[in-house]
Amino acid sequence: MTLSALRVAIIVFPGSNCDRDIMVAIEQLTSRRPALVWHKEASLEAADLVIIPGGFSFGDYLRCGALAGRSPIMNAVLDHAARGGAVMGICNGFQVLTETGMVPGVLIRNAELKFACRNVRLQVCKTLASPFTSKLAINKNLTLPIAHNEGNYFAEPGELDQLEGEGQIAFRYTDSSIIGKANPNGAARDIAGVISRNGRVIGMMPHPERAMSDLHGGSDGAYFLLKSLEALVS
Amino acid sequence: MTSASDNMTFKNASAMGLSRDEWDLITQRLGRVPNLCELGIFSAMWSEHCSYKSSKKWLKTLPIDGPQVIEGPGENAGAVDIGGGLAAIFKIESHNHPSFIEPYQGAATGVGGILRDVFTMGARPVALLNALRFGEVNNDRTRHLVSGVVSGIGGYGNCIGIPTVGGEVNFDKSYNGNILVNAMAVGLANSDRIFRSAATGPGNPVIYVGAKTGRDGIHGATMASAEFSDETESKRPTVQVGDPFTGKLLMEACLELMASDSVLSIQDMGAAGLTSSSVEMASKGGLGMEIDLDLVPTREGNMSAYELMLSESQERMLMVLKPDATERARAVFDKWDLDFMPIGQVTETGRLVLLKNGGAVCDIPIGPLVDDAPEYDRPHGEAPSRPQLASAEIVTDSPISLVLKLMLGHVDLASRRWIYEQYDSQVMADTMAGPGGDAALVRVHGSSRGLAISTDCTPRYVEADPKTGGAQAVAEAYRNLSAIGATPLAITNNLNFGNPEKPEIMTQLIESVTGMGDAARMLDTPVVSGNVSLYNETDGNAIQPCPVIGMVGVIDNVETAVGNSFIAAGNHILVIGQGDGTIDGWLGASIYQQHFGDNKIYAPPPIDLSDERSHGSFVRQQILAGKINAAHDISDGGLAVAIAEMAMKSGLGANITTPASGHLHGWAFGEDQARFVVSTADDAALIAAAKDAGIEITKIGMVVADSELKFGDSDTISINEVCGVFEGCIPSLMVG
Repeated sequence: MTLSALRVAIIVFPGSNCDRDIMVAIEQLTSRRPALVWHKEASLEAADLVIIPGGFSFGDYLRCGALAGRSPIMNAVLDHAARGGAVMGICNGFQVLTETGMVPGVLIRNAELKFACRNVRLQVCKTLASPFTSKLAINKNLTLPIAHNEGNYFAEPGELDQLEGEGQIAFRYTDSSIIGKANPNGAARDIAGVISRNGRVIGMMPHPERAMSDLHGGSDGAYFLLKSLEALVS
Repeated sequence: MTSASDNMTFKNASAMGLSRDEWDLITQRLGRVPNLCELGIFSAMWSEHCSYKSSKKWLKTLPIDGPQVIEGPGENAGAVDIGGGLAAIFKIESHNHPSFIEPYQGAATGVGGILRDVFTMGARPVALLNALRFGEVNNDRTRHLVSGVVSGIGGYGNCIGIPTVGGEVNFDKSYNGNILVNAMAVGLANSDRIFRSAATGPGNPVIYVGAKTGRDGIHGATMASAEFSDETESKRPTVQVGDPFTGKLLMEACLELMASDSVLSIQDMGAAGLTSSSVEMASKGGLGMEIDLDLVPTREGNMSAYELMLSESQERMLMVLKPDATERARAVFDKWDLDFMPIGQVTETGRLVLLKNGGAVCDIPIGPLVDDAPEYDRPHGEAPSRPQLASAEIVTDSPISLVLKLMLGHVDLASRRWIYEQYDSQVMADTMAGPGGDAALVRVHGSSRGLAISTDCTPRYVEADPKTGGAQAVAEAYRNLSAIGATPLAITNNLNFGNPEKPEIMTQLIESVTGMGDAARMLDTPVVSGNVSLYNETDGNAIQPCPVIGMVGVIDNVETAVGNSFIAAGNHILVIGQGDGTIDGWLGASIYQQHFGDNKIYAPPPIDLSDERSHGSFVRQQILAGKINAAHDISDGGLAVAIAEMAMKSGLGANITTPASGHLHGWAFGEDQARFVVSTADDAALIAAAKDAGIEITKIGMVVADSELKFGDSDTISINEVCGVFEGCIPSLMVG
């Protein structure tokens, strides 16, 4: 399969606001425009990757992602994942994934109680087999933007030990010359992204679609997405 | 129609902010006394906020035309041609009074309101900016206000998904009791698909869409037209509450509907809600409107006609649709789960008729509401003349590096990171340069073209000399856009002043509008939209006057733009607009004077508009020709601060040659205008080009790999050290 054959579906909630951005990013890499799927749909056409984009799905007045996690389309996404389908949740999409239990843990308010939009430095972790990390060098650093108010990853210590032991932590925040704390939100054990036990679902706070070229100030997002897409076609 | 019990008297009118003359005019035009609802409508439409009654005479002197102008002042926002069949649609608006009372909601609804002004015109918003003024920062109330306003701006913009790409903020004790929160939005539309507000076609349906109406914000426009006092806290119920999620739904639904051929006219319900939207639509169309208030979607029971007409509940729009478009439109709003309700129709009567419980509760001619709105030529005088501060009068022998460190830790110069990192500056993925640059740069989606945007004003200059200050705000915005390589196109303005009934305040307003007009004419940047906020006083004390400029420009290829960060060691550093001769620098009204001078008000640096134009154009041309790889406007803090900022951003250092004579601190920290610091790999070519263009240029040093600033032979300071104070200032002040 070639990259242009890859079928990517992007779920659109009424308050999603990075749906177009990730669509453009994927199209830049694959030359094929992903399908946008409205949250009121009850079914999903066959897809090689489902992306839940960033934004404020239903305003986030309740818990972030809580309402979105119960949208009609999410049953279809859960079925897709249960069949071993690949799912990527970015920022609010990560929050939706934790709400549905597709990835472990929860995301709570940033430790400094402020929205944070800036670059962070990530370290790629050694993980179980997953298309989202298999083509990345372990310990490689990536610089990606974050923009969230609730990105403080939390799980019980026992669960965190288990995630570490099983290799389910995809990225950690790490030191760099960027002004501000390396861990921007107080996330437990500096966790910026986690993957499911079968390796097919990833939730991550950073926004790869905002780092697609030097004009964005960096292209590590394009690198990460391309490696994931390549792994999915191979 | 009006029962005797609701007949109003002058006492009622006065309580709503109307004068005796205004009351007499209303009764004369109606031929009777108004009822409560009618009086409320008159008082809102004739408030300073809606009628511009004190400023209109002077606003008319501003230039508003140019080949690039598609829509000047008078619509929801202004529009300029940016090429490629596209228009940039933009406006700035104040939300000062609500933000002081309830900072989060006041600021959030300021953002929501200005976004509606832009998407009402059919434009998709692509950028937000702001201009903020707070009181002394070493003060719990100021910290509370800064924190609330910043999170409110972020709360709305981040959620609705429009990047906040720039802005400015100052702190001064005159804002202790009256902060300024001005929000600017910029959108893009096809030039031939711009929507306007004039109602058309008698019999066409008038549709209410968006959120339901509640009792929030009732008479907010009138509150915004009065001074503050100790009783201000009691006005909390007149502050609107924002819902950015509904704002997002409304934006998407309106833009989706506007893409079909359904909408004849559309107006956002902003200040004075249903009153101003219905009156303005009917008035612009030369028509009338009949509305059945029982059909207005409400979220509270038993709302009176007065409350329904004066509510400033957010996220609402009024539209006139083509007669056959109602069902198509309803389907769009159903998709987005928003209220959609035909509430009336356009009429030929020229009257605003409101029905409730089967009877008319208001029947007034629209002409007087708009055309007879008062226009005052308020008394004014001459601006006071200010002494010039000779640099030699300020005697300090501290090394430049020490002074620089002190200055960079000044709240008006320090890094704004604590603020702007609370804003999503990148959503939509077209932000090519966000906060912290001279101008923000936003790519036109799917193209290589870019919009350059900046907001600017230096209130201490305006206070010292309002005409120079008004011109300087335009000139600084022009420099900021030129410094990234963009061509300035047009401006929007937000005139924030005290009580115009005081001659000295009126003088500030008139003089600064005059300076602004002169600059806008010389720099070919007409005014296409704007807002006036008066009565910014608390207990009789006026704010430092603050006529903010929001400027929009264009660059054909975003890849040719430059930033204000040094690029490479070995590059040459030059100052454009500064000659070889020794200069003492202009320290009057500078940040340096605030630190080391006395408290007197001195004349600000003079503005030479012809120099501004030629220097800005030269920098722009050289950037586009690839001869300048980084540029920074010299403004607050002067040359040394500009160099330090370029160094801190890059992590590179600079070796700077200091002049052999003259006032060293004046040279380093003077705020003489029309100057830029630039870096280049080829200094000889740049100097030759400047000589050809007749522009003064001085080579002052080199970019170096050592992370250190060196002034002259022995005065050095590390970038880490200056960065520490620059970045540390606001976070430590906010901790208190």
